[in-house]
Amino acid sequence: MLAIFYKEIGSFFSSLVAYITIAAFLVITGLFLWVFPESSILDYGYAGLDSFFNIAPYIFMFLIPAITMRSFAEERKDGTFELLATRPVTDYDIVVGKFLASVAIIMLTLIPTFIYYITVFQLGVTKGNVDTGAVIGSYIGLFLLGSVFVSLGLFASSLGKNQVIAFTIAVFLCFLFFSGFDSFSQILSLQSFSSFLTGLGINQHYQSISRGVLDTRDLIYFLSFCALFILLTKTILGSRKW
Amino acid sequence: MSISVSNLYKDYGQQKAVNGISFEASAGKVLGFLGPNGAGKSTTMKILTCFIPQTSGSARVCGFDVTEAPMEVRKNIGYLPENNPLYLEMYVREALEFICNIHQIPEKKARIKEVIALTGLGEEQYKKISALSKGYRQRVGLAQAILPDPQVLILDEPTSGLDPNQVLGIRSLIRDLGKTKTVILSTHIMQEVEAVCDQVIIINKGKIVANGELNELKMEYPGRSLEEIFIELTSAN
Repeated sequence: MLAIFYKEIGSFFSSLVAYITIAAFLVITGLFLWVFPESSILDYGYAGLDSFFNIAPYIFMFLIPAITMRSFAEERKDGTFELLATRPVTDYDIVVGKFLASVAIIMLTLIPTFIYYITVFQLGVTKGNVDTGAVIGSYIGLFLLGSVFVSLGLFASSLGKNQVIAFTIAVFLCFLFFSGFDSFSQILSLQSFSSFLTGLGINQHYQSISRGVLDTRDLIYFLSFCALFILLTKTILGSRKW
Repeated sequence: MSISVSNLYKDYGQQKAVNGISFEASAGKVLGFLGPNGAGKSTTMKILTCFIPQTSGSARVCGFDVTEAPMEVRKNIGYLPENNPLYLEMYVREALEFICNIHQIPEKKARIKEVIALTGLGEEQYKKISALSKGYRQRVGLAQAILPDPQVLILDEPTSGLDPNQVLGIRSLIRDLGKTKTVILSTHIMQEVEAVCDQVIIINKGKIVANGELNELKMEYPGRSLEEIFIELTSAN
């Protein structure tokens, strides 16, 4: 599993994927947070990172599928998957190794944004007048949300050999699970299930953690979500044996 | 016997890719696996390397059953798949190191150096795989296969697409490896069989049509070249 993890990290950095992802994420969030007037902290006038944590899931929705789309689609297309699968590693090792590598990249994209927090911390009218608990909670929430998107992306990538299709499916799934269920719950005829439907969606759990309250229900939701899609990915990879 | 296959079947829907084959191979010999395209050579190799399971029958490698102990089988096999898939964005040494990590080889540096010398990759070892010519890529594939020092080597068309000089180099390497290990190689180049193999299995439409020592096979059909024997055995229905 570790061998796969290191190999993936190596390929992220040697193929520029990692640098471009990190740079794109920082530029986009930077623009939204400090430059664009509608969401800029400077115009908004409150010492908080709300606009960052509101926009970040939508950026992840496109960036993470871009990171994960090649992971299995390319291996299958080039035939290197056969190389991996005939070595003494289980399919489970392969999936989890790749999952952890992508999650590590997500972590690396989040770390530089701590500077936003430090800036806002300094800018507060009384210095340090920031809801630090909510910021920590939001970071944990964003990280968990990123992990869920990675598991969706890996699943989409395992479905076929075409990276573009993998990307499209992954974006669709991320959108569906992030805000689709919220929207479904508003349909009039589904009113009786509405709290169940929003509970299935990622957004509610993300918002809940963002308030700075680490509820075990939310943690279990995110972890079991990742586990489920890792399992599904492994099952799809195993389908060559059916 | 390091490889023993008995009554192996593999169906793809209606099509029988492998139709009840049985054979054995032992160390110190190079076994040539011959057959026309689509005869079931690659499928058999994929079953032996635990990439896909058989429909029925059994296959054992170094005493381990491919369905019961796939991890043990994989530890004992070096496999060069058809078309030699490689991670093109990796450097040669990086790719070899990755294989070392997967197999948890203790003396990584020493073993990589040894294998690079063995496969003649010395001058190219610091290049990216995508920058290598086809012959050198083939050597990288072979290096990856022999890196964990496996008892059994399974090579699927190891010399396809190489120039004559490269073919000679790879063949002599395979012959050397075959002195101590069990080597199965598939090909449809008859000269290659005559140059490298001790034992020959000819397979047609999923069935074995000939199995024996190369010189025995030739004695059975006196005065005919291997090519003629092959054509006669595989064109008959």
